[in-house]
Amino acid sequence: MPADTDVPPLVEMRGITIAFPGVLALDHVDFFLRPGEVHSLMGENGAGKSTLIKALTGVYAIDSGTIEIAGEERSFETTADAQEAGISTVYQEVNLCSNLSVGENVMLGHEPRGLGGIDWKAVHVAAAQHLGSLGLDLDTRSTLSAHSIAIQQLVAIARAMVLDAKVLILDEPTSSLDRGEVEQLFSVIRDLRDKGVAILFVSHFLDQVYEISDRITVLRNGQLVGEHLVEDLPKDALVTEMIGRELTDLAAIADAGEREIDRSGAPVLSASGVGRKGVLEPADVSVYDGEVVGIAGLLGSGRTELVRLLYGADRADSGSIELDGDAARIHNPRQAMGHGMAFSSEDRRAEGVVADLTVAENMILGVQAQRGWLKPIPKAERDAIVGEYMTALGVRPADPTIPIGNLSGGNQQKVLLARWLATQPELLILDEPTRGIDVGAKADIQRKVAELAAQGLSVIFISSELEEVLRIAQRVVVMRDRRHIGDLDPSDIDIDGLIDYIANTEEGSVAR
Amino acid sequence: MTAMETAAPAKKGLGERVGTFTNRHASVLPTFAAIAILILLLVGAELYFGNFLTPRNMSALLLDNAYLMILAVGMTFVIVTAGIDLSVGSVMAFTGIFGASLLSSGVPAVITIPVMLVSGALIGLLIGVLVQHFNVQPFIASLAGLFLGRGLAFVVSLSSIRVEDPVVLWLQSTRIRIGDWYITPTGILALLAVAVGAVVMHKTRFGRTVYAVGGSEQSARLMGLKVPRTKVMVYVISGLCGGLAGLVLTAYSGAGYPRNGIGTELDVIAIVVIGGTLLTGGRGYVLGSMIGVFVYGTIKTIISFMGAEQSWTHIIVGLLLLLFIVVQRAIVARSERGS
Amino acid sequence: MRLVKHRLFWPAAALVTLLIVNVVANPNFARITVRDGQLYGALIDILRQSAPLMLVALGMTLVIATRGIDLSVGAVMAVSGAVALTIIDSPSSNPNSLGTVLIAIVVAVLVALVLGAWNGFLVSVLGIQPIIATLVLMLAGRGAALLITDGFITTVNSDPLSFIASGYLLILPFAFFVWLAFVIIVGVIERRTALGMLTEAVGINPEASRLAGVRSRGIIWTAYIASGTLAGIAGVIYAANIKAADANAAGYLIELYAILAVVLGGTSLMGGKFSIAGTVIGVLTVQALDSTILFLGVPPAQSPVFFAVVVILVVLVQSPRVHRWGRSVGARFRHSDGEADAPSSPERQKEVAR
Repeated sequence: MPADTDVPPLVEMRGITIAFPGVLALDHVDFFLRPGEVHSLMGENGAGKSTLIKALTGVYAIDSGTIEIAGEERSFETTADAQEAGISTVYQEVNLCSNLSVGENVMLGHEPRGLGGIDWKAVHVAAAQHLGSLGLDLDTRSTLSAHSIAIQQLVAIARAMVLDAKVLILDEPTSSLDRGEVEQLFSVIRDLRDKGVAILFVSHFLDQVYEISDRITVLRNGQLVGEHLVEDLPKDALVTEMIGRELTDLAAIADAGEREIDRSGAPVLSASGVGRKGVLEPADVSVYDGEVVGIAGLLGSGRTELVRLLYGADRADSGSIELDGDAARIHNPRQAMGHGMAFSSEDRRAEGVVADLTVAENMILGVQAQRGWLKPIPKAERDAIVGEYMTALGVRPADPTIPIGNLSGGNQQKVLLARWLATQPELLILDEPTRGIDVGAKADIQRKVAELAAQGLSVIFISSELEEVLRIAQRVVVMRDRRHIGDLDPSDIDIDGLIDYIANTEEGSVAR
Repeated sequence: MTAMETAAPAKKGLGERVGTFTNRHASVLPTFAAIAILILLLVGAELYFGNFLTPRNMSALLLDNAYLMILAVGMTFVIVTAGIDLSVGSVMAFTGIFGASLLSSGVPAVITIPVMLVSGALIGLLIGVLVQHFNVQPFIASLAGLFLGRGLAFVVSLSSIRVEDPVVLWLQSTRIRIGDWYITPTGILALLAVAVGAVVMHKTRFGRTVYAVGGSEQSARLMGLKVPRTKVMVYVISGLCGGLAGLVLTAYSGAGYPRNGIGTELDVIAIVVIGGTLLTGGRGYVLGSMIGVFVYGTIKTIISFMGAEQSWTHIIVGLLLLLFIVVQRAIVARSERGS
Repeated sequence: MRLVKHRLFWPAAALVTLLIVNVVANPNFARITVRDGQLYGALIDILRQSAPLMLVALGMTLVIATRGIDLSVGAVMAVSGAVALTIIDSPSSNPNSLGTVLIAIVVAVLVALVLGAWNGFLVSVLGIQPIIATLVLMLAGRGAALLITDGFITTVNSDPLSFIASGYLLILPFAFFVWLAFVIIVGVIERRTALGMLTEAVGINPEASRLAGVRSRGIIWTAYIASGTLAGIAGVIYAANIKAADANAAGYLIELYAILAVVLGGTSLMGGKFSIAGTVIGVLTVQALDSTILFLGVPPAQSPVFFAVVVILVVLVQSPRVHRWGRSVGARFRHSDGEADAPSSPERQKEVAR
């Protein structure tokens, strides 16, 4: 049962503002957490969820606003301060020491000691007790790494209880769990909730959020959109709050998106049953000449995982791929590029930008890799390529000799796009190319993609901004919770319909 | 899991027992492998030479390698935190000749010995501070320690210095006989170092923090453990062991010699890895390193029995190290693929 | 000041300062005499003596650029010297014949190349950490070298070999031209082909490079092959210098001096952008420092102490904590001058939890 609003909140965050250079991560956000309830914090990437949590756990300092725990104003200098205030966090990566035993992990730092040092017998007895209070029966002497991630997470929760946590934050706890393990986790969570612990639950899996939560707070673009009891907020309303609407005058691009695609011949790419255990259920995708296939779904729905398997960035366990009608082996990016594919990753910092190299070097990297080291690109050709894309994409500042790290996010993204376009691909995969960049750059990139598609380039386009997907795609593939749940024709549906589809459609119904 | 338990609650099948064992003691398996290799070597040598496994040879096995054993204890602490200490050979040489020099100028042993230990610990402290506070890679920081130790050894003296001090000489010359076996105080020191090291690693919060840091430094921090202090201390311990090893080696050879221990750090690293400690940190046992010392010593003895060049020792140890590393890598790769 | 910001400014400044100090302390240092049309002097000695370290440091630069390290170069030097001198000294050959010497050199360098390829295989194919992979050869290699020379220091009198060590080409020592040639060759290969840029990309962001289709495995393998080969040539020169194969002393600690030289030259140990010119300056600096220490009358065996201090200073200068301290000190100075506050970097994260 969710706590009444009469019960005083255990955690009161008021007017929290945190600014980083160039970005207002949190803008006067209020957040209340009551004991004995499961409260989900929802929002897309960049919404401010993780920043808010880091403020609560002492990782970030607050620029303005107050945090009160049990009525007392607190300021957390370090993570240890937050822990002392009774706030425990279990991260997605399970921050335990997998080389140590289960029992030791539970009791680490608080082991009962005797005359001769640590009393191991007592350690394991105490650990078994704490695990038992969560309904777990494990061999406490076994090494932690011998257990699944699901069990390791439960051990992490048990440790939090050793530290007498009043607030338990669970950050994406179910990403690596199967159905049965999720059930086990949820029963532990409900148990703790009934004992009075305040639980903050962060997850992208909509169905699970609705299953376990009592209350939901939604953030978007660093601002508080709303706090609701879960029964007062139907799914499509939630998705609408999370994604919001952005008014941008992109009518011309939308018109370009209304094209007829000839799907009679062999598709440029046809993937059947492509999947990977624990990562993606087997899925089918096909893309035709000049077609933009958009992939829509919330974060964590498996969009990136799918395209990485297509490109060979990750190895698929199952399925096959045909290119232009011929079977193709794609086991690594080099092979994919050899077949005319190109892939722009969603994490441009970790997987795209080669920081200390110049703008020009970043742009020609793909082409150079294709040609091999023995055939350096002649200066004239290099200048021509660089010049062409600097103008075509409007990169600012227009200086190819500066390190790419000096450019803004939007311009970096344009340079990366240029890298891929320069390889003259037949199929271009773009994963969140407009994320975290300014409105002007967003429009530039969408316009360019629509142009190229009209000229015959095939594109797979992933974006969390559903308007973008509807605007430039001729077909929309919808994903949820690591499954392909259906295909849509964007001319038949508007954004409300798409949101409803994402939120409510049962798996397996494929509307082509 | 539950079904199995209700069906056969009383007796666990052999398969389950083995499974439980490996789940509990996976990190001990490499050390078991080292023990197996040691037994193989000893038995093989005995079969081949006939008079290998004599009390005299086995006693010598410990005493000739006592200094290595002490260094291996310190190195184990460092490597379990995923660090490395390249300075141990030079620190041993420096403290050895420093001590010899002090003794020959009339400083009594009761002062000289603590000074030797402290000077080793100080170099270790320098390395630890560079690693922890200034974020220098352990490789480079201990490299500086190596340079410092080696250079200082020659600053003390360019040539060897004999030791006449009765206390120090007593450490090596006294033989305590047990039947045909014998041991000297230096041997006892080495075994003591192993015992103390093992107890600290297993029974103190500091020791458990060492393992935690090696498993995941970030997790250890988040779990509230005293990570910075621990990271510095392991290098201090290694330096201290360097000092103790300097004492033992000086007693053993009757002199301090600035050229001692050239290349020894590599032997010690190999010994520790062969003994079952992972270079990536988080797993390893001081007792395993002791086994590693015996493996090394046995190989050396076998080679001298064969009348072959001593350089074969290094080659074989190098190849053994390679074998262990490749196997370790294969095991890690398989567990990564599984998850 | 644009000049100060140039990557090579500080390394070059350090070298120049060191040379100036030397000249001031010992005016003879800068003296260059001409004899029989050949130049002699302390500066010329530096050019000649730096050959082994220069070659090793060249290879080390490439390996470090790929985020790796090669600890085996000293051992490889010992092996190649042993192989070369064993061939020259073998009973059936004439040590003074140019043909014999050339064969010896070629075989020795080939052996070194194979050893480098072995390292490359362990790192790029088996995925073993570079420190560990090259540690194996560091251990086993010296043992192998000792075996090849049967433990004896093979002393050989060979005119062609001596020419390598002390001979002159035109007005400058032959050894100088050897290293200069390789610096140019490596420089040309790295910068005139795409290999340099691709190597940097692999070192800076291995994942982005992989996704962009770069052949990381081949590039990393090549770096270790280069390192081994160059160490092989260095080993031959060293053996020529001492007219012998001393498997214990050959290249002793040279990997550490090489790493120091690379770091002094501005290449980061974290991999990525590298500078051949920087390494050249770094090696000359190390060599000059060595000469300085010798000149001060310090016994060579004690010189490691000075290098320890240099290593510590260099890493401190590169340490982020010292940079932060320096910035805050600088800010305080500017503040006390009454100028506007220096923009302090937002020390947002007190602890890095993720």
